[in-house]
Amino acid sequence: MKIVAVCGMGIGTSVLLKMNAEKVLQDLGVDADIEAADIGVARGAAQTAEIVLTSQELAPEIGDVPAEVIVIENFFDLDEIHRKLSAAVR
Amino acid sequence: MDWLVVVLNFIGQQILNVPAYLIGIITAAGLIALRRNSGQVIGGALKAALGFFILGVGATVVTGSLDPLGKLILTVTGAQGVIPTNEVITAMAQEQFGAQSAYVLTFGFLIMLALARFTPLKYVFLTGHHMVFMATMLTVILSVGLGQGLDWLVVLLGAVLLGVIMVIMPAFLHPWTKKITGNDTIAIGHFGSLGYIAAGAVGQATGKRSKSAEDIQFPQGLKFLRDSMVATSLSMVMIYMVFTIWGLIALPPAEALAIFDAADAGAFIMAGFKQALMFGVGVAVILYGVRTVLGELVPAFQGIAAKVVPGAKAALDIPIVFPFGANAVLIGFLSSFTGGLIALGILAIWLNPAFGLALILPGMVPHFFTGGGAGVYGNATGGRRGAMLGGFVNGMIITILPAILLLVLGKFGLANSTFGDADFGWFGTLIGVSLSGRPAVGAVLTILIATALVTAAIIFQRRVVDAGWVPGAKRDAWLAEAKEAEAEAKESEKSEAKQPSPAA
Repeated sequence: MKIVAVCGMGIGTSVLLKMNAEKVLQDLGVDADIEAADIGVARGAAQTAEIVLTSQELAPEIGDVPAEVIVIENFFDLDEIHRKLSAAVR
Repeated sequence: MDWLVVVLNFIGQQILNVPAYLIGIITAAGLIALRRNSGQVIGGALKAALGFFILGVGATVVTGSLDPLGKLILTVTGAQGVIPTNEVITAMAQEQFGAQSAYVLTFGFLIMLALARFTPLKYVFLTGHHMVFMATMLTVILSVGLGQGLDWLVVLLGAVLLGVIMVIMPAFLHPWTKKITGNDTIAIGHFGSLGYIAAGAVGQATGKRSKSAEDIQFPQGLKFLRDSMVATSLSMVMIYMVFTIWGLIALPPAEALAIFDAADAGAFIMAGFKQALMFGVGVAVILYGVRTVLGELVPAFQGIAAKVVPGAKAALDIPIVFPFGANAVLIGFLSSFTGGLIALGILAIWLNPAFGLALILPGMVPHFFTGGGAGVYGNATGGRRGAMLGGFVNGMIITILPAILLLVLGKFGLANSTFGDADFGWFGTLIGVSLSGRPAVGAVLTILIATALVTAAIIFQRRVVDAGWVPGAKRDAWLAEAKEAEAEAKESEKSEAKQPSPAA
């Protein structure tokens, strides 16, 4: 399974989101590849991914992609990521 | 024992002296400490090393695009024009200072952990790219200042200074950060902090009766600038176009055309246009490299930090506060850009002729991220007016400080790029100036500076942050009152409207 974590530059917050999502996936026992991306390449990366994780403000800019776009309100709320990801991977 | 020397020499020269391999090894060590499986360790280490080589490829592209622009600006204006882009100057510096800066990064991270463990400054700086930029800048300044042959001292002092700046800036910024996020769970670790503190202070001073920027309805049209590839290329196209057209008008045709090797005016302008886009390409490649390295390195670092300093606050990248003021980000960006242009004017008219400071051209990306951040901090204490003036002040700061910093970067000042964000400016200049005498004096001075900064930050943490000071508390009281009054007014309107209701 491929997941893309998206932020404006793809080097700051998305890396942290990737990190927290990896933690959650480890708990869930799901084997997935998470890639950090900036908003510029996110649309391309989302073509081959199953899930896109991003913030409220960036979600509309990713637009219509085959992957499921999940909005994470607080990138540091492991519970929120856990809740939303576990619903999506099942 | 000859073979041992040969082996050690080989390891020292061919492996540990190559930054890409060094970063790969550090990443592997971090991942092993986290008990990742061997596949993840090898993959992570390899990706970190590859990312570092990608960085170098991007740097070549960017340099190729900046060289002709530098020549053009120099011929047209007679002054050196510089576009501060952290990624670019860092990638350029890696070739010469890569290995030392990788050591500075690693030991600096450990010193930060020690400070977080044993002082009240419980912040773990996790903004990986800024860590890398700061390590590189300190290495360059210390190498230039201390001279040849003192690599061990460069690494030692660089690591101490890096560790110190990574815990003190989140602490100094924290009262405002708490105010913005409304709780005490995260800190901001970003080397634009001076600009944010300035924005918070300016907001408080000017926006006592200004409502929050979030009440404004904004057009969506400017949002495309969030895309860094678009923002970078667009700003470079503008800068290139200004100077190519200026060059065509001001210079004798033959001299102008020779700069881009162009046959006629049309080819000259389009050569400039293509160079501008190539800059965007180079930055995109560099960002890809940075992302590849950090995607592996930051989780490794974070895992170690969580074990060594449990319960410390993560100090994170500035876009973390953007959701707390989406309009303020836009206002801050636009006014920061304006501030940058006005400061450029000041540089061109006064500071360049008088002190030989270079012309700092506005880069879209630093103005967006630090200007946007300043907007949010200004908005938190001074509403729309605070966001506007805070962004403006930030724009002035990130234009004037890099110009001063260029003077202490030595021959690296000729690279047509420099570090952009505010803290690189003041910290780099401070360290550079203290190293201007003899190496021994400089080393002692830098240690004194580090000690003084940590002491000041501890006092600030104890007296201000822990004491719960809220910046702009008076305005909050006024806002609450205004809101209440508004609600009351509505209430009475309703009741007035109700009274004649039988007629309706």
